[in-house]
Amino acid sequence: MLDAPARRKLVEVRGLRKYFPITAGLLRRKIGDVKAVDNVSFDIFEGETLGLVGESGCGKSTCGRVILRLYDPTAGSIRIEGREIADAPQSDLRELRPTMQMVFQDPQASLNPRMTVAAIIGEPLDEHTTLSKAEKLARIYELMDAVGLNRNYANRYPHEFSGGQRQRIGIARALALNPKFVVCDEPIAALDVSIQAQVVNLLEELQDRLGLTYLFISHDLSMVRHIADRVAVMYLGQIAELAPRDDLYLKPLHPYTQALLSAVPEPDPELEAHRRRIILTGDVPSPANPPKGCNFCTRCPKVMDICRQVEPAFREVEPGRFAACHLYSETNETAGPTAAAEARKSIQQGV
Amino acid sequence: MPDGASPVLDVKGLKTVFRTRGGEVHAVNSVSFDLKPGELLGVVGESGSGKSVTMMSLIGLLPSPPADVRAGEVLFGGTDLLRCPQDHLRAVRGGEIGFIFQDPMTSLNPVFTVGFQIMEPLRKHMGMDKAAARKRAQELLELVGIPDARRRLDDFPHQFSGGMRQRVMIAIALACDPKVLIADEPTTALDVTIQAQILELVRELRRKLGMAIVWITHDLGVIAGIADRVIVMYGGQIVEQAPVKDLFHRPRHPYTRALLKTIPSVRGEREAKLNVIEGQPPILIAAPTACSFRARCPHAFDRCARENPARRPVGPGHDVACFWDPAPEASDA
Repeated sequence: MLDAPARRKLVEVRGLRKYFPITAGLLRRKIGDVKAVDNVSFDIFEGETLGLVGESGCGKSTCGRVILRLYDPTAGSIRIEGREIADAPQSDLRELRPTMQMVFQDPQASLNPRMTVAAIIGEPLDEHTTLSKAEKLARIYELMDAVGLNRNYANRYPHEFSGGQRQRIGIARALALNPKFVVCDEPIAALDVSIQAQVVNLLEELQDRLGLTYLFISHDLSMVRHIADRVAVMYLGQIAELAPRDDLYLKPLHPYTQALLSAVPEPDPELEAHRRRIILTGDVPSPANPPKGCNFCTRCPKVMDICRQVEPAFREVEPGRFAACHLYSETNETAGPTAAAEARKSIQQGV
Repeated sequence: MPDGASPVLDVKGLKTVFRTRGGEVHAVNSVSFDLKPGELLGVVGESGSGKSVTMMSLIGLLPSPPADVRAGEVLFGGTDLLRCPQDHLRAVRGGEIGFIFQDPMTSLNPVFTVGFQIMEPLRKHMGMDKAAARKRAQELLELVGIPDARRRLDDFPHQFSGGMRQRVMIAIALACDPKVLIADEPTTALDVTIQAQILELVRELRRKLGMAIVWITHDLGVIAGIADRVIVMYGGQIVEQAPVKDLFHRPRHPYTRALLKTIPSVRGEREAKLNVIEGQPPILIAAPTACSFRARCPHAFDRCARENPARRPVGPGHDVACFWDPAPEASDA
């Protein structure tokens, strides 16, 4: 992808699809598919954070779960450290689980209320290691220290903790087996602003110390800008744009990315008063029945005739920058640079 | 009031307590504020800071028990809403005071058509007949930007998307030309692009209709874009009140200052490390006898542990509940 030979690809995803069947009638006959993830390809390099952003229902969480094989993919390839896991049997997956872990959105729902903190953090150790009781306890304490939980709370239950602390328990559990790759699925969405910053800083600090690789799934564009090295923007089951963080935020190429960034309000009344906004009309179409051609064509302010006919390819439009948009396609070479210039202009106007 | 306009809503010393098995929870403590005609008052605070409970207390929407509105005065149109008969309160609610709730999914009744639900307040409060109410309902749906309004009146809530449902909620709240609209996190459950649509709609409705709005949110970005004046709540109390520009450019309370620093932006400089407010929000199990932010405050000194600071003026329309004074050069940071 990028021509930086020093960086090793940890995760390679190619042509990933996950369709959920829609059934009807007494015999549960299949009448269609919800195309939650529809032909998605990207790499995650070792030690980096790839942000995956998009609105609700765009398939970002499904994508994260399929990569860890919490769902079985409909098609496509997922390679983690070069090993194909898309069709690996469960017994092989079990061996691989320690290297890939997940932090879930809702710390309330993802922690068993009848287990103590020590039992929750220790469960992966019970399953995957042969540590003695004392060693296990030492490891649990070590993990609690690492995520900033008081050791004295090891025998308490999840309900005795606040949301931020519960998320720390979830992070400690994910880290118990020294994973290389962690999928963080909206880890801060359920938390208050002042607590969000604490958890994000913790995730960053742990990444530096343990050399973790993150897929950070979120709808919060400002937090993703903070934590991610590269960012992928999903819309209706597909990646619209993938780019290094600063490029994406300073000069978004895809009209959807431009609209998405423009929609985020700025905590500054003066700026807000004069900012020109791109307001998208309408709603996201149903993933069971995506529009023909480009899936953004029903709302795109820059829609062209070709967009309603031909699906744009997801291709590298600038080194390291990928987009699926006819504005930047090879067959439309003249439109490309002007559109990019236009995009740049609108950025300067503070859009 | 500094500018002399008499407020449409005047809240004084509101105190709400929840009786629980673990003792009394002091959710709202001596909250006072007013709302002037036509202004948009933003209310910010984290979960549990008392912002929703304050607004629910005003119009008697909290079930009692466990809630107990213990003290205070809510003056609206010359009557105290806390002491008026139920009939009057019922006429005010949904009539002169409209309410928009956070979750458009659960606040619409799934078994009635959207048209029926918009017509209900029109018929109850305005005494309209069915035909007139239907006509007005159609106008309202058009006003909030729902295409094909006439046909959509006969649809059920599940046939609308989240953003469209929130538009329906706004139409219901606006049905009886309210003087005051209370919006409790109206865009929190929505996606950013849909939120942008709703915010644009509210700006436009304010220009057209000119009612006063109380907008509760935890999102300072939203506040910056639409509010005229802001109150910041923490631990069941108002800790700062200011015109929107002063709040963002000259915040005085250490909590407000810290809160503004914790939010990253999608524009401008990117911080290498996020600022955090250490510690946890307070547990409101006793009435406050000291500043509730002192445990997380970088400027706390001994007086903060002895007394609960009262709000004191620090500028035009700007007051703060804090003993600490920032150094003069830091005040315009």
